[in-house]
Amino acid sequence: MSEKPEGCAPPAGGPIGQPQEEETPQEMPNERKKTMQARVGQPAPDFEASAYVNGGFENIKLSDYKGQWVTLCFYPGDFTFV
Amino acid sequence: MQVLSMSTDSRFTHKIWQEEELSKMVDGGVPFPMLSDAGGAIGTVYGVYDETAGVDIRGRFLIDPDGIIQAAEIMTPPVGRNFAELTRQVQAFQLVHETGGAEATPAGWTPGKPTLKPGPELVGKVWKVWKPEKE
Repeated sequence: MSEKPEGCAPPAGGPIGQPQEEETPQEMPNERKKTMQARVGQPAPDFEASAYVNGGFENIKLSDYKGQWVTLCFYPGDFTFV
Repeated sequence: MQVLSMSTDSRFTHKIWQEEELSKMVDGGVPFPMLSDAGGAIGTVYGVYDETAGVDIRGRFLIDPDGIIQAAEIMTPPVGRNFAELTRQVQAFQLVHETGGAEATPAGWTPGKPTLKPGPELVGKVWKVWKPEKE
């Protein structure tokens, strides 16, 4: 459970789609980094998102799960039918 | 295997969905974190955000322990996923990962079936070790 009080709509505020570690700038032009898109065979773009976990609220980063297999599932919405 | 689910709903909506509906489908509710992608910024990067509808469509990404996306499946909303196929892919990718790429799994592979060992000896000889199965 988060110790901070829950605001009305605080964003998680984490960076999205940025490399987890500093890379040497020579390797990849800056423009590539800005438009990072998820692709098979490539590193999964990292993100931080607010989450409901075990009855509480916490922020979760994809990179928290490095070293494990992860299935990331997007779906259209809570209370939808399928 | 860690499952993370994500939609554009807030975590508050996730909580009520878990309490009011999911917990009646699955004993104790779903055991994985339910993430919020308010605004669709994450879905955009993953190529699943539908700007017209304002939601993330059905997208599933299998990510290995090195953080590499090994498989992805993206579907429009009306058709649900097939969990058995996800499990099969996880088993296949885990085998490939464990062998460091020395083994590959042919079409329709399931655990226990023969794998392929790519190399010069196998070129043109796949027919000897693998044949398509009749569905």
